[in-house]
Amino acid sequence: MAVGLASGRPFLMIAYILKRLLIGAATLLLASAVVFAVMEVLPGDPAQVMLGMSATPEATANLREQMGLDQPLMWRYISWVGGLLVGDFGRSYTYSAPVSSLIAERLVVSLPLALMSLVLSTVIAIPVGIFSAARRGRLPDSIAMGTAQLGVAIPNFWFALLLIYVFAVGLQLVPSGGFPGWGGGIWNGLKSLILPSVALALPQAAILARVTRSALLDVLGEDYIRTARAKGLPRGRVLRRHALRNAMIPVLTILGLQFAFLLAGTIIIENVFYLPGLGRLVFQSITQRDLIVVEGVVMLLVASVIIVNVLVDLAYALVDPRLREAA
Amino acid sequence: MTDAALDQPLPDDGFWRHALRNRSFVIGAVLTLLIATMALVSFFWTPYSVFELAVANRMKGLSAEHWFGTDHFGRDLLSMIMVGARASIAVAVVAVGIGIVLGVPLGCYAAARGGWIDEALMRVNDLVFAFPALLSAVMITAIFGPSATNAIIAIGIFNIPVFARVARAGALSLWPREFILAARAAGKSKGLITVEHILPNIISLLLVQGTIQFALGILAEAGLSYLGLGTQPPMPSWGRMLFDAQTRMMAAPHLALFPGFAIVLTVLGLNLLGDGLRDILDPRLRRVR
Repeated sequence: MAVGLASGRPFLMIAYILKRLLIGAATLLLASAVVFAVMEVLPGDPAQVMLGMSATPEATANLREQMGLDQPLMWRYISWVGGLLVGDFGRSYTYSAPVSSLIAERLVVSLPLALMSLVLSTVIAIPVGIFSAARRGRLPDSIAMGTAQLGVAIPNFWFALLLIYVFAVGLQLVPSGGFPGWGGGIWNGLKSLILPSVALALPQAAILARVTRSALLDVLGEDYIRTARAKGLPRGRVLRRHALRNAMIPVLTILGLQFAFLLAGTIIIENVFYLPGLGRLVFQSITQRDLIVVEGVVMLLVASVIIVNVLVDLAYALVDPRLREAA
Repeated sequence: MTDAALDQPLPDDGFWRHALRNRSFVIGAVLTLLIATMALVSFFWTPYSVFELAVANRMKGLSAEHWFGTDHFGRDLLSMIMVGARASIAVAVVAVGIGIVLGVPLGCYAAARGGWIDEALMRVNDLVFAFPALLSAVMITAIFGPSATNAIIAIGIFNIPVFARVARAGALSLWPREFILAARAAGKSKGLITVEHILPNIISLLLVQGTIQFALGILAEAGLSYLGLGTQPPMPSWGRMLFDAQTRMMAAPHLALFPGFAIVLTVLGLNLLGDGLRDILDPRLRRVR
């Protein structure tokens, strides 16, 4: 945080960062308690749930012991969280493999997918939002915002079906589903992630474009913008130098929130395209009642949402000099 | 969510005058009414029964008898879309209801009390935000099995912090106002002030947020039903229809088109309605445009 140090108030900056990190850690701990409680306390006997009603009492008792269910509740929670901290998510019952290695296998699909859609939506949305704000109330603005309005209303999985129909079935440019792995060359892997990431990015881009536009318009109504214009600065320069930086705060907030929707969106999109990612793993584990996998993946997704939002909070301090000083 | 919106307490006589001149509001209201009417009519009448199978008639294209064609069981697609609207609307209405009934009192309470209670409640709020509706739905279904009820609960839980946040923000901006101070000076309790003065003044905020959450609820229900975690067959739902259409898209693309249109038109209508309402109820924006 070189900027904070340069401002001459390093301690306030550090205090701000520490406070955010502390809140983040507390939220993580609470979230883990929620996930644990929901998955282990509510359903009664997890072993029974996993094996189904037809299981013999011996099989159930065996699994209970294997899962450590005979231990006291508090101890199970502590050992579960302790395991999570060192990357031990437990053992999958159906795959008979460590959950962490299952997750690692799937992350090489889900992570590039999420990143590609995030980049794609940002690269489309922010220029469109700026363009619209600069031409507010005129035809190009109406067209762009009308398209965005439509984009927000289109369910990503339906858009995915249309993309498959046009580009995979019709034009046969890309595969309609499945993932060949990264072994057969980067391009082969990327090719099967193009349609999924476009389908995921579209609604996010539509929302982000609208937020960018309205954030910019809010800032453009401020007195200091009028001052900047009055002293003779050209419009474009005012937009770039004065308005854009201030409009970044709400844009960042939405980007952080969108990350959560993006992760949740992968659950649907990976199922549409039969991609072997985290979303599909969690979905399959539900049908196989593999609660330990569900618990691990859900916790991982929730944790990444919390961590991203802490990072966004920290980024405010970099973008907004007032926060940097006053924090 | 601005102070200015709060100067205009309830839709007054000027409401309809402004409303009818607002293009978003009119288009949105027409679309929403259309879908709602369709769902209501489906209770009394549909062109064909959606539960009777006519396999001889399967995957027919568009015709005078079947406007939108038939599905892989020979069921009339238009009838299915009409009945499917019911599930979408019911799930979204109840989910928004859960959000309002639990979220608004929570937000108002936090705003009235302030201090550590406010801080604690808002932290819990943030916690729920870390569980996207789809993810909590996945967790809930993993335990209780898939059903429309569980979809409602999952979407509803996610709505609670949304409404709590909106109610709190609205209430917080009202508490320092003079007419509230006057009420306090008159010796009214915080609870009474909340009911008598705060709530009527944040209704417009809640109304706008309600339409947005309604639209999100429709999308979430469609997604869950597509995954098989929401409305269960044989009850038709738009999401499930899209799932059934996916493997048959080559032979019958119309199967994927119409349910999708239904979702898009509903969500678009609600979003336009929300945008229109916000413009009408917020005098500051009205002046700018």
